[in-house]
Amino acid sequence: MPDFEVTDLGPADHLEAGEEGPDFTRPLVTDEFWEDRSLSDVVADEGRTILVCTPMIGSFVAKYIYDELDKRSWFDRADRIVGLTAATPYAVSSFLDENEHPFAIFADPANDVAESLGIAHDLDGMTGISEPRAAVFGLEPDLTIDSAWVSTEWPEFPPYDDLESELGLE
Amino acid sequence: MEASATAASDAPITFYRLQACPYCERVARLLNEYDLEYRSRFVEPMHSRRDVVKRVAGVRSVPVVVDENTGVTMAESANIVDYLESTYGEDGQRADAAAESRGDD
Repeated sequence: MPDFEVTDLGPADHLEAGEEGPDFTRPLVTDEFWEDRSLSDVVADEGRTILVCTPMIGSFVAKYIYDELDKRSWFDRADRIVGLTAATPYAVSSFLDENEHPFAIFADPANDVAESLGIAHDLDGMTGISEPRAAVFGLEPDLTIDSAWVSTEWPEFPPYDDLESELGLE
Repeated sequence: MEASATAASDAPITFYRLQACPYCERVARLLNEYDLEYRSRFVEPMHSRRDVVKRVAGVRSVPVVVDENTGVTMAESANIVDYLESTYGEDGQRADAAAESRGDD
């Protein structure tokens, strides 16, 4: 991994394990189409679900995270993994198509969902732009959070090994 | 909002459409007029990226409607309008059945 200029974001006031995750409805985007889905709907279909949040599509952080999920064969569990980012459905769809990622990602350009999770991050020096911090939440079928990792620096990448063990992905 | 979205994902009619496509809007108006539950799936503007529509309907054009009530998959807005009118319109055979199935949800 190259060296980066790292910014300290400080601790986030985010939802923790044991708390109920917020339900929301946003376009769920694949490389082929998008449709309105609620998180509770996805979790009801798939059971225990992992919500992977990234900074906006176009950032190298989002690209590196999804590349790493592919490399680690998390795509074998793509039905249990759902993404969230602040980007338009068109941008998300093109990203998934160009990178041949099998994941589905909620598109939330206004970043309201990240706000409700307590992981929203305003880009310093840019007006009107907010994005999720990199974060990974494990969700029980009733939307209770059973695992929460949220970045405190930009850029910062998930502790994949620890998460695989914590989320039962080994 | 969440409740209706959950219902929509179980809706018997899937409507493949393109943002602001007048042919698609024509079909959307009729679906709404007949108060039919449907899920909207927006697809890509570029034909080459519409593999899902090709798989489902054999063509890359939209609109496409897949109606699980009747087992019908149909492309071309004029055909779809005729189908919806004859199936769910005032003289349609399925109007009562559709009303009943809405009651079940």
